[in-house]
Amino acid sequence: MNFDRRILLIAACVVAVGAVAFVLLGPQKQPGPPVVQKKYGPGASDTEIKIGNINPYSGPASAYGAIGKAIGAYFDKVNDEGGINGRKIKYVTLDDAYSPPKAVEQVRRLVEQDQVLLVFQSLGTPSNSAIQPYMNENKVPQLFVATGATKWNDPKNFPWTMGWQPNYQTEAQIYARYIVSNVKEPKIAVLFQNDDYGKDYLDGLKQGLGNDAAKLIVATKSYETSDPTVDSQVVALMNSGANVFVNVATPKFASQAIRKVADLGWKPLHILNNVSTSVSAVLKPAGLEKAVDIVTSAYHKDPTDPQWQNAKEYKDWLAWMQKYNPNADLASTFNVYAYSVAQTLVQVLKQCGNDLTRENVMKQAANLKNLEMPMLLPGIKINTGPNDFAPIKQMQLQKFDGTTWRLFGTALSVEGS
Amino acid sequence: MSAPGTIVSALPAQRIAGLDADFWRRVLIALAVMIAVLLPWAVSDYRVFQFTQAAIYAVALLGLNILTGYNGQISLGHGAFFAIGGYAAAILMHKLGVPYYLTIVPAGLAAFAVGVLFGLPALRLEGLYLALVTLSMAVATPQFLKYFDHWTGGSQGILLRKPAAPLWLPIGRDRWLYYQVLIVLLIAFWAGSNLLKSRTGRALVAIRDHPISAAAMGINLPLYKTCAFGVSALFTGIAGAMAAIVTGFVAPDSFNVFLSISFIVGSVVGGIATVSGAIFGGIFIQFIPNIANQISDAAPWAIYGMFLLGFMYVMPKGVAGFIKERAIRYRQARESADADEAR
Repeated sequence: MNFDRRILLIAACVVAVGAVAFVLLGPQKQPGPPVVQKKYGPGASDTEIKIGNINPYSGPASAYGAIGKAIGAYFDKVNDEGGINGRKIKYVTLDDAYSPPKAVEQVRRLVEQDQVLLVFQSLGTPSNSAIQPYMNENKVPQLFVATGATKWNDPKNFPWTMGWQPNYQTEAQIYARYIVSNVKEPKIAVLFQNDDYGKDYLDGLKQGLGNDAAKLIVATKSYETSDPTVDSQVVALMNSGANVFVNVATPKFASQAIRKVADLGWKPLHILNNVSTSVSAVLKPAGLEKAVDIVTSAYHKDPTDPQWQNAKEYKDWLAWMQKYNPNADLASTFNVYAYSVAQTLVQVLKQCGNDLTRENVMKQAANLKNLEMPMLLPGIKINTGPNDFAPIKQMQLQKFDGTTWRLFGTALSVEGS
Repeated sequence: MSAPGTIVSALPAQRIAGLDADFWRRVLIALAVMIAVLLPWAVSDYRVFQFTQAAIYAVALLGLNILTGYNGQISLGHGAFFAIGGYAAAILMHKLGVPYYLTIVPAGLAAFAVGVLFGLPALRLEGLYLALVTLSMAVATPQFLKYFDHWTGGSQGILLRKPAAPLWLPIGRDRWLYYQVLIVLLIAFWAGSNLLKSRTGRALVAIRDHPISAAAMGINLPLYKTCAFGVSALFTGIAGAMAAIVTGFVAPDSFNVFLSISFIVGSVVGGIATVSGAIFGGIFIQFIPNIANQISDAAPWAIYGMFLLGFMYVMPKGVAGFIKERAIRYRQARESADADEAR
């Protein structure tokens, strides 16, 4: 019996050695160089352009997953209409759960395994920070990242990374200018969320106010996202004697603050950050009459705002939503955002013509001139250049009249500051 | 390998094909190491990166297995030790300019210190209560990291330069990092399994199985339990440091509660009171979510849940426990067959 067993084991050893030999000498699965044709980078061909994306479809920030889905829905429409210069878009979108290590892994899959031409709209400041060195080292476009942080406009150090939306500091500086030129002896009170987003705004406001900042800002109060309400903060800010209230809060807290300010009978110039301008999600819960005369700035249209709803631009957007993204929320600005940013990419790819290399994608992305988008506000123009990787730099002020936001003045920018 | 908690048998060693079982165990380990060494040459760089991450998770799980599997103290907060190791390495590299390979040991020691400190209150808590307290640690960690933003970079995190392979070694960065992680893994597993086979290891198991008898036998319970926490945190902290180096970035979002949950899942799926189970657990944590994602875009976590159910149904003692059980059954079958023949 021992003899049989020995034979069995010898056989097993032979199999094992064979397996190792196969591993050693077997077919190498390294992704080979892409089929080299003169004008095509990886992921592009006569019939197809492959675009990668990472979005948090699970995890703490999964609400943003709506953006990734809406972008896919827009590319479906583009493909149904014949694609871009005859090429269909193949959109590969992966979940990173808002976790930076996962983002690194997924983006490597997109670049090395799926061989995408570019990575588009990767979402979140931490995830984008984590993948930025990899993208730039491997010279893969990291285009129109979905974050409001200020650091994406850095073409000298990161020539393969480009932002899209106006950043928080830009917006805060616009408010600072408005306050200084419209309020006599301003005394400013600021409510802000205690994280980078809130601090970014506060820094921008201070920069905009310049040397007088310390004197003009009479009170600041922060809140944590775990706080149940911001009532006590608002009371403290009112007691500071301020005549300007800057509300740097996410929708739930912004809504609470609006209600509290009105209930207290406090009548400051109320400035609300762009994060929380949704009529349906922020102002209605607070009470529309309590939101009258609030000032904010914006760069894209609010789909719940009646003033846009009879125009062709809105109807086109609505038709797309109903046909391609029927389960999504018509009140959510995420779908306006996704629609506009996807259109920007389509414009870049159109400009690329038949030269679909990664180099040319970046070159064309940095060559957008006075581009206007149907669902961006009138007057907001997208402009980029070799030294300007911040596509949207303008915002427009608007005031709430009890039913809708009313634009006033012209599109403002803080270029040169 | 004897099952934990059983006294190593004084009977003559099992013999297979004329050689004793211990010899075959060594052959298996040597084979596994050989496969691990050759693996990066058979797959793409991207896969090498994934296997590197799996190996890092395996080291972290080894720490958790020592504490939860062998010593019976449940931890739902090992993501926190992973974070401490990661941030310790990142701060040493970024703020103090320490070369990356010198950060691993200090990062492990930092986690060890925190682990011992945390082990002190844990002495008074058991079972589910301890689980809840450790969970609080996992929940609090990201916020602490944001609070000390002078050192940690707040929620922006710290960006690190990823180490490249030395010029004389033309193997590419991913394989270079893989081999370094593999070396740390081998040392960690060698140290871990020696520790568990020693007097200390038997004391840990005795405390788990019957603390009163263990104390009666002269085992210093507080000392061993706090040390178990410390050593467990040491392994997980070392893993955290390697994760920071390999990813090249740390941020509070890298260490959310789900990471801690993943650790306990990987630990149980791999085989909680085993050493080799940590390897299977690491592979599970790394690859199953990806596979689930490939099966269904719409409901990957439902698929993940089904995998988990499937694993637990087929292998209730984890992968390592399953293999061990099969091996024992096989041996018993052979023995009774031999006995029949002899009759």
